Amino acid sequence: MSSTITRPKDPMGPSPRAKHDSKRHTASGHMRTDKPHDELPEKPATAIEMKDLSSWYGSFQALKSISLSVRKNKVTAFIGPSGCGKSTLLRWVNRMNDTIHTAHATGSLHLSDLDVMASTTDVVNLRRKVGIVFQKPNPFPKSIFDNVAFGPRLHMKLRRSELLDIVEWSLRKAAVWDEVKDRLHAPALGLSGGQQQRLCIARTIAVGPEVLLMDEPCSALDPGSTLAIEELMNELRNLYTIVIVTHNMQQASRCSDETAFFFEGKLIEMNDTRSIFTNPQSQRTEDYISGRFG
Amino acid sequence: MSGNDSHGDSPLQGQSPDASTTEAVKQQAEPVTNGAPFDASKLVTSRNRITKDIRFRQMCIVTASASVLILVFLLGSLLVSGLPALSWTLLTGYPEPEPENAGLWPALMGTLWVCTMCALITLPLGIGTAILLEEFTPRNKLARNVLSLIQLNITNLAGVPSVVYGIIGLTAFVSMFSLFDDADSTDGPSMEMGAVYFDQFSNVASDPFLNTGDADARERYFLIPVDSRGAPVTVPKTGMLAYENGEAGFATVEILAIDPFTDEVSADADIMSRTIDNTSTPGRISEKQWYYLRLPFGRGVVAGALTLMLVILPVIIISTQEALRAVPATLRAGALGLGATPWQVVWNVTLPSAIPGIMTGAILAMSRAIGETAPILIIAGIVYIRSAPQHLMDDCTVMPLQIYNWIQRPQDEFHEIAAGGIVILLAILLTFNAVAILIRHRMQNKLR
Repeated sequence: MSSTITRPKDPMGPSPRAKHDSKRHTASGHMRTDKPHDELPEKPATAIEMKDLSSWYGSFQALKSISLSVRKNKVTAFIGPSGCGKSTLLRWVNRMNDTIHTAHATGSLHLSDLDVMASTTDVVNLRRKVGIVFQKPNPFPKSIFDNVAFGPRLHMKLRRSELLDIVEWSLRKAAVWDEVKDRLHAPALGLSGGQQQRLCIARTIAVGPEVLLMDEPCSALDPGSTLAIEELMNELRNLYTIVIVTHNMQQASRCSDETAFFFEGKLIEMNDTRSIFTNPQSQRTEDYISGRFG
Repeated sequence: MSGNDSHGDSPLQGQSPDASTTEAVKQQAEPVTNGAPFDASKLVTSRNRITKDIRFRQMCIVTASASVLILVFLLGSLLVSGLPALSWTLLTGYPEPEPENAGLWPALMGTLWVCTMCALITLPLGIGTAILLEEFTPRNKLARNVLSLIQLNITNLAGVPSVVYGIIGLTAFVSMFSLFDDADSTDGPSMEMGAVYFDQFSNVASDPFLNTGDADARERYFLIPVDSRGAPVTVPKTGMLAYENGEAGFATVEILAIDPFTDEVSADADIMSRTIDNTSTPGRISEKQWYYLRLPFGRGVVAGALTLMLVILPVIIISTQEALRAVPATLRAGALGLGATPWQVVWNVTLPSAIPGIMTGAILAMSRAIGETAPILIIAGIVYIRSAPQHLMDDCTVMPLQIYNWIQRPQDEFHEIAAGGIVILLAILLTFNAVAILIRHRMQNKLR
């Protein structure tokens, strides 16, 4: 673990949605004119590139030759009926599937230049770069502060003040700072479900990832908390490449730039979110998004 | 519910209670199934089910109170016979032939030594094994099979009678399969550390050469350190040791020797070694540090602790596994997703969450170890131990063994102090459990 964690700077500058972002990173030199997220500029860089990725659990094939690329600093939504392999695909990006003995895969998956599927890949470092947020909020049974400080403490030797800076920054970015700043040392399990999920997002971004994977992050939350998380994603899209798995079609259309539809382990269609939802190329996609099955 | 509705419609006023019950019976006889494909007459009336429910609850209360009553009766009778026998002498005294002077201090200290050693050895081993089995399951199929074989063995070992463990302990720890038996030396250990041996020259005051005219010199013993292998060390030119056996133990004294050839009093080591070697009668004594170790272990604290380890290790492993399994997988996934190594996950997330459960298992196991008699009986035998253990290899007795010893005797007085001993044993057990439960609660509250 030689690399140090640097806080990502806003490469796109503050978007109009980032209302809470008081500090404008004018010094970053990357300022561009603000555009609504669904009006794509010239083709952005690719963050995740998959080629012919197939995956099995024992003899059951969960993914069938998936090839797709996820663009940098965009929100990409994976949709599809239960059991279509979208979570499996997500869990290959940070190799969480390693914990399942029967899981194995073929094909290639690259994160920038890093060959994720190679056996020599430093999984620990990979998972620092690729943060994951799970369906159910899973804060550790520790204090709020210790939850966010958990990741940085794993990877770095930090002074208390530095740690405090990281914790505050992460909680602010996750839009939960105002609610917890007076009780940082209270148990995290005392927070509401929505706050816990935002705390988990803060915990994930505290280690400075490049990619945020979200595995149905709102399916256990009430509509208000869901809205908070969606707003949060809109703010974080400037800092991170976000991949979200969701069963909620409205959510996918609301907050993603691109959408990929999976069915029975195959990638059926991937396109701009607007195109997918207004003009799907495949009949199955149309059936699914119009609620005819799944 | 539809039956109730129609029942509400029937005019109750002006009708006799009999009429309304017949109405209700009629309603029950033809309940509506709303088209569901079953025969409505086969519905179990709710009264039957509720009666069953009440009966079952009553049965549970009876069985639960039976066990509590038996426990209360046992404790009560024990306290009635044991409390009058309690005395300071019983706690701090040594096992004497007269029951009024007898106490179980050596047994109490023996129990503490053995159980502390047992806990120190067993907890790391047991928790480590459980962590390996639960948290570090290998991807390799062969290795997984080996682990499941170990798992099977551990589960089986939990059911083995403790006497069997006593016999294993006797061969494995006390004599160590006679592997270390030395053909040259008749008895005694073949390997040891932490002991200093001295050749002792007693009653040197009667030695004409060393007699300095001091009246107190009769009390003196001269000790010369020897190699533990047996051959006397050449007496050092300087720093020769001499001890006086006084009330406070051995104390260093100045040595003066009379040179047999010149008749002069001298502190010269050369002269002394000559004089002592030539004239005194040697006897070997030893001073052992508390950490004295030897191979084979022999009957002593360590052999006892290791044997008890065999008894409680499966219990600790299994309960630790249960505690680790109870930690939600989402917590592990969360930590792994942040880039924690498997070890960091175990140390920072899984273990802290599992500690209350682990401690529960450890408390139960240690309670069993404190009360266990059979394996210690085989290891130590019923020897009459009159002192608390001084070092790890010292002979020792434990409280259940001492109580057993007293109960065996014909005199009633011994039976009474045995009851007192049981009360003390129970008090110690409950104190340990209370402290452990208190710590566990603290930790649980901290986690919330």
